[in-house]
Amino acid sequence: MKFIETLVNGLSMGSTYAMIALGYTMVYGIAKMLNFAHGDIIMVGGYMLFVILSMTGNPFLGLLAAVVFCVILGVCIEKVAYKPLRGASPLAVLITAIGVSYLLQSTAQIIFGTAPKMVNVADLGSISLGEINVPVYTLVTLACSMVIMTALTLFVKYTRTGRAMIAVSEDKGAAQLMGINVNKIIMITFAIGSALAAFAGLFMLMKSPSLTNTLGAMPGIKAFTAAVIGGIGSIPGAMLGGLLMGVVEAISLTVPAIAPYTDAIEFLILIIILLVRPTGILGKKRREKV
Amino acid sequence: MKAMKTIKWKHYISYIVLAAVTVALAAFSFSGALKSSNLYLLEKIAISIMLAVSLSTVVGFLGELSLGHAGFMCVGAYLGGKCSVLLEPILGEFPALAVSVLVGGIVAAVFGVVIGLPALRLRGDYLAIVTLAFGEIVRSVFMNSSAESFGGSLGLETPRFDKNILFIIAFVLVIVCLAVTQNLIRSKHGRAITSIRDNEIAARATGINVTKYKLIVFTVSSFFAGVAGVLYSYSNYNVQSTNFDYNYSIEILVMVVLGGMGSINGSIIAATLITFLDVELQTILTGNLAVLQDLFYALILIVLVIYNNATSLKGFREKYNLKKLFGGLRKNHTVKDDEAKWHRVPTKIEMDEVLSVDLQVSSPYTPDKTDKEDK
Repeated sequence: MKFIETLVNGLSMGSTYAMIALGYTMVYGIAKMLNFAHGDIIMVGGYMLFVILSMTGNPFLGLLAAVVFCVILGVCIEKVAYKPLRGASPLAVLITAIGVSYLLQSTAQIIFGTAPKMVNVADLGSISLGEINVPVYTLVTLACSMVIMTALTLFVKYTRTGRAMIAVSEDKGAAQLMGINVNKIIMITFAIGSALAAFAGLFMLMKSPSLTNTLGAMPGIKAFTAAVIGGIGSIPGAMLGGLLMGVVEAISLTVPAIAPYTDAIEFLILIIILLVRPTGILGKKRREKV
Repeated sequence: MKAMKTIKWKHYISYIVLAAVTVALAAFSFSGALKSSNLYLLEKIAISIMLAVSLSTVVGFLGELSLGHAGFMCVGAYLGGKCSVLLEPILGEFPALAVSVLVGGIVAAVFGVVIGLPALRLRGDYLAIVTLAFGEIVRSVFMNSSAESFGGSLGLETPRFDKNILFIIAFVLVIVCLAVTQNLIRSKHGRAITSIRDNEIAARATGINVTKYKLIVFTVSSFFAGVAGVLYSYSNYNVQSTNFDYNYSIEILVMVVLGGMGSINGSIIAATLITFLDVELQTILTGNLAVLQDLFYALILIVLVIYNNATSLKGFREKYNLKKLFGGLRKNHTVKDDEAKWHRVPTKIEMDEVLSVDLQVSSPYTPDKTDKEDK
């Protein structure tokens, strides 16, 4: 029974990772860049939620504000920091992204200070089913993220914009020749990724209410690891990688002998998977052309 | 002959300056003019220079991003520190320092190979994330080590060393590091390494063993990161795993980017400058203001990289060349010879005119002249 509890907990954690990983993987697939600042957008969303929640006390309004603010921020970052570097070396873009991540973290610290803020989104309690006892927030997280991920998959598969996104990720030049506005598609990708990050921020704060300016840093890196494990650029891969990561983390945390090494184990899995399959579990092998 | 001389001069300038500075500071130190805070600053500067130069070979010359440089340093600091703790009573101060510097460097280099072998099969972004993962793994392993082995969360206590001499040793090691990296970069192998940066596929096609060279650079770079770690353990008496986090790797990266990627002298200057500011600002900025420093680093990174790489700023960059001030990506050198000749690209009509020109005409064809005649 303990195992099922751990599994539910892991899946809920994993779906949060999957939501973040989706942002990484979509941006990587379409803009061919590693958006290091993605994790910090979660943190910005968390602070926005905190501000609105302490003003109005309405978590739904807070979530809405967080999503809107994150989308605007994500699009602005793309326009200001990444767009001028389109066509530059990947190293340059990566370093800029690291700079943006630092900028967001330090700006948040200047505004809100170092002391953690307590964000009590909603006390949902826990639910018992026989011997199994799970907190409600895990179920809420799981349900919400499943709905969002299904919607996203349908959006990418069946709408015009979604198919344009697939086209841009396949071949940017050819997509442009077919009349797709590549800049607009990249902007939409950043907007979707940032909105997902805002949701992930809410889920993380439901799990533990303490909010600091490094809230998104470690989960961001882990979610990126998850995206790489699943095969970066692949949407199902990000979901699979995220869930795998969450379950591994939950199991590892319950075993006292290896609990302190949880982070190390997760990164070790990344290294092992990349050794066996350098493009991740579901990643496609791309041939490099001169 | 004169040209030869100037080139040589340029090659040795960094050694000469560093050696002169070391001798001058040593003289000051022995005459007792330096306070202990100054000595600490000098040690920090030496460590930063070593880290920046070694990272610069990976980022600036090989063109791969390593985000685990602090991880290699951490390995060196812990193992070198442990070695000095064990050897100091047996061998005495100086031999213990020498042995632990070597041990720290070699162990870090071995880790460089171990992490490099699998990672170097991967492309740039993957490599960055694997090195980052490595840094986190190393940190968490040392963090959770038992108190007897590496001190665990309390950190490892390392022996004290005469501060008046330590910084001189550090600067001598910096010069050794500089000699090794510069000779590597300026050799045949160095040209192979830069060719991998500029175009990996082309380098591979010309018969360069890309994996071998990547591994060499990785090993040398992690060796010196390890040596810097040992110096760090001697400088601080205490090695804390929390100090070698991801942010420290980024700080080293800022030094490399600020100095100009592909410029070792630039890295040295930037490392000195940033470390100086770091140590000085720590006393001035306290509380929430301390974060202004991070904000400043972030802005430096973003502005410099965009300025050096933005495609839309290319014209501006060529017009107002600040390269002498900031360094910059060497890649951006553009060949202008062709541009000068073909300021007017011949169109089809002109080519037809060329073909229809009577070859008997004594004066050679000039496109501008025929244009005027047409009008």
